[in-house]
Amino acid sequence: MALSKNQQLLSKIATNDRHGENSPYFDGWKAYDKNPYHPIDNCEGVIQMGLAENQLCFDLIQKWIRRNPKASICTAEGVHEFKNIAIFQDYNGFKEFRQAVANFMGKARGGRVTYDPNRIVMSGGATGANETVMFCLANPGDAFLVPSPCYPAFDRDCGWRTGVQLIPVNCDSSNNFLITKAALEAAYERAQQDHINVKGLIIANPSNPLGTVLDRDTLRSLVSFINEKKIHLVSDEIYAASVFSTPSFVSVSEIIEEMECDRDLIHIVYSLSKDMGLPGFRVGIVYSYNDAVVNCGRKMSSFGLVSSQTQHLLASMLSDDEFVDNFLKENSKRLAKRHSMFTKGLEKVGIACLKSSAGLFVWMDLRRLLKEQTLESEMNLWRVIINEVKLNVSPGSSFHCSEPGWFRVCFANMDDDTVEVALERIRVFVEKQQVKSKRKFQNNLNLKLSCTPRRYDESVMSPHMMSPRSPLVRART
Amino acid sequence: MTRTRLFRSRSFEEKEEEEEQQQHYSKHNITTSTGMRVIVPLQGVVQGRGGLFLGSVIPCALFYFFQLYLKRHRSEPKSPPPQPPPENSEGQLAEVSVSVLPRSLSRVHISPRSPGGPAYVSGRANSIVKGGDSPHDVGLRKALEDPYHQSGNPDGVIQLGLAENKLSLDLVGEWLAKNAIFGEELSIGGIASYQPFDGLMELKVAVAGFMSQVMKKSVFFNPSQIILTAGANPAIEMLSFCLADTGNAFLVPTPYYPCSDRDVKWRTGVEIIPVPCRSADNFRLSITALDRAFNQAKKRGTKVRGIIISNPSNPVGSLLDRETLYSLLDFAREKNIHIVSNELFAGSTHGNEEFVSMAEIIDLEDLDRNRVHIVYGLSKDLSLPGFRVGIIYSFNDNVLAAAKKLTRFSSISALSQRLLVFMLSDSNFIQQFIEINRERLRRMYIKFVAGLKQLGIECIKSHGGFYCWADMRGYIPSYSEKGELELWDKLLNIAKVNVTPGSCCHCIEPGWFRFCFTTLTEKDIPVVMDRIRKITETCKSHS
Repeated sequence: MALSKNQQLLSKIATNDRHGENSPYFDGWKAYDKNPYHPIDNCEGVIQMGLAENQLCFDLIQKWIRRNPKASICTAEGVHEFKNIAIFQDYNGFKEFRQAVANFMGKARGGRVTYDPNRIVMSGGATGANETVMFCLANPGDAFLVPSPCYPAFDRDCGWRTGVQLIPVNCDSSNNFLITKAALEAAYERAQQDHINVKGLIIANPSNPLGTVLDRDTLRSLVSFINEKKIHLVSDEIYAASVFSTPSFVSVSEIIEEMECDRDLIHIVYSLSKDMGLPGFRVGIVYSYNDAVVNCGRKMSSFGLVSSQTQHLLASMLSDDEFVDNFLKENSKRLAKRHSMFTKGLEKVGIACLKSSAGLFVWMDLRRLLKEQTLESEMNLWRVIINEVKLNVSPGSSFHCSEPGWFRVCFANMDDDTVEVALERIRVFVEKQQVKSKRKFQNNLNLKLSCTPRRYDESVMSPHMMSPRSPLVRART
Repeated sequence: MTRTRLFRSRSFEEKEEEEEQQQHYSKHNITTSTGMRVIVPLQGVVQGRGGLFLGSVIPCALFYFFQLYLKRHRSEPKSPPPQPPPENSEGQLAEVSVSVLPRSLSRVHISPRSPGGPAYVSGRANSIVKGGDSPHDVGLRKALEDPYHQSGNPDGVIQLGLAENKLSLDLVGEWLAKNAIFGEELSIGGIASYQPFDGLMELKVAVAGFMSQVMKKSVFFNPSQIILTAGANPAIEMLSFCLADTGNAFLVPTPYYPCSDRDVKWRTGVEIIPVPCRSADNFRLSITALDRAFNQAKKRGTKVRGIIISNPSNPVGSLLDRETLYSLLDFAREKNIHIVSNELFAGSTHGNEEFVSMAEIIDLEDLDRNRVHIVYGLSKDLSLPGFRVGIIYSFNDNVLAAAKKLTRFSSISALSQRLLVFMLSDSNFIQQFIEINRERLRRMYIKFVAGLKQLGIECIKSHGGFYCWADMRGYIPSYSEKGELELWDKLLNIAKVNVTPGSCCHCIEPGWFRFCFTTLTEKDIPVVMDRIRKITETCKSHS
């Protein structure tokens, strides 16, 4: 794509594609934006199931805020704090805020670990936290290993401005997508042969998109792997408290208490966007056991400080032990209920999901609906789901999944009624596919006798069946 | 790929090192320069007596090893740089150390398998570890640890190094108290969820209105040309990322705000080429100086991508007049580069001179708009640095599109956005605030400068900002950065007053200091002057 004269005045970063917004992951969002579902105003619209947001516990937070007017500076009870808060721009953050966050992080791990408030570094959301960690650990051209399937925006967060490259370590369904030491070793060796300097391994635990948690043995083997190679381990634990069943979550912080490890290699990325359902507050946290990283990260936090007003509110909220304990328990319960409702609904129409115990989504197995086990087939199926079924789900390929046919479906960003509508649409779609298959089977039987035109080839959607407004008509993958 | 990049950066930095006094030479450099120094004596020796072997090779070999010995011996005390040379600000330190470390890191430690070695972090992180603190940081820290309080801690450090405005905070506090808005209007469901990362449209509209009010309605700002960021620092960094590649440079008139080094250079790898302004010109920017700096950069092979100006200027406090702004535009057009105008203090003008925004110049003449970008924020003019609100205002759609994606890393908390929408939409309050704030600034400025004048310290006449640019050349022990820092040290540790030395601002002339007066009350001024007098009385220059 030749740059216009205007664009030539811009940098490479401003004009390259590493922001990733041209990928299918975002195409679905664009389709939703153009035709969003609303139960009354637009009940034929696209239901957003591609956004991992937890809207199940707003009421708890709202109730707390109403009961604690002092925590807000916009109330008569709290406004006297305004002066100190408005003027506060110290990149260390309020001590009370750091303490409260450390307290919350510990509770999210069942109290099995305690966190040091002086190692808490703020950043602009988890996005900013991942980027900050990369800036602190790696130079342009260095690489990080990342087990795939993984969060699509890792590329942007870890590599866009930092110049770091991500090397996927493929995991597949043959062993339920577990990360094996063999796969890691192979990826590491390959990188060494290509003269790529591997600086570390970044994992998401609980996993996005799988929703699974890493068991103790796997974690131990990961820690011993990075320890042996003297590379860093970044553990993105933003779903730590979004666990709703067993197996339960084990943090890397617990593992390093149990085994010999160079702590300078261990870093955690956290956020309140998922576990507390407060993505609008932009609270990202880098927690590192490495003093140089804490030091450097602090100075970088000037580029993404948490608003002092927000710090003040959260410092109060998260140090209220009773509220936090109740919130964590209630959040798990509601997630469990929603997860069960959704997966049972899918089971009824014969759709299985990867067994998971955490996260705001399920990893749905639609392999049997693919015409062929290819990427193209997956994309075709995805276009049908967006345009015909009107659900924005995320195709596995956008998570760098090497096996076609898997889709991530988010279930926590809507109310129960919308879930029912979504399940109903899926049911209708699956039944239609079954009818088509039967007809196709019958046609195939008759094929020897007559030349039947390919009217029922469901994997090829002719343009007139797609909504003319859909950007996917024009989208190229 | 890693190696090629480092090689490129090495050769770029080599050119910089020729200008710096104390550098640590890598093996690569030793070979090159020793190489040159071997060839010249070689010629002489070969022409001299003795056989080819005795006469030329042996002496040359001896010469070579002698030079190698000298080089190694001389360079040892410099590596690693433990004591930062005092004339470097934090930003320059980062530059110096970063130019040192990636080289040594890559050459010696490519395989991270060295047994028992430390965990290697990035060049950027290492530069923080080894760099130490600049005077700017040291002063801020001391003032934090031992803050002056009239009754509670009368011997504490008085903070005159932080451009923070406490003069009109009470007005905002009163507004909040009167408009307790949290209740029903701020239902959490609306603000807790994901919002557009470049800011709510309502806030963009409110900010556009505010900017217009601040600039006395001389410009109309279009909300769809606004990108909101979490503070002005990320706004500047984002523009640096968007407009320049690693190794490119921006021209920046000196003296400039110390943290610009971090914002423009640190993570981007972009350079700042200082364009010196002198006291003889009252530190006014001259296009000749810009042109000279541009040409020098070109000769060195450095691509200049733009000019970054601050208007009102920090630390001098002067305003750029229309003529200068037009000339800047002409210059930028001629060289095909950008202009970034940091107008953070636009609403904090207190003199009689008219403030002219770059946006106004563009408005009047539909010139090459795509190269003009304005940085603004609410930290200074609305006294709300804690809320982290920065603004990029650009006429270039591509820059807006790129910056919008970058706000993913740096968005304003929705909680604060909602509050600000309410506050900024109350245009009566805003109008009142701007006027009263200006008046209080003016009063404070006059009193403070008068106080300094009584001590024999003159300031450059300034029309904006929270500070004055004071001439203390008469009090430094030697006309050098070392002398300036000695005076700074006395002011901080004996008089217990934290001020910003000109060297941190890259001022080319030693002896200038920035004094911020907006964290004081009028009662504090005599206390400050007394303390400064203690130093000035004992420090009259002997030169």
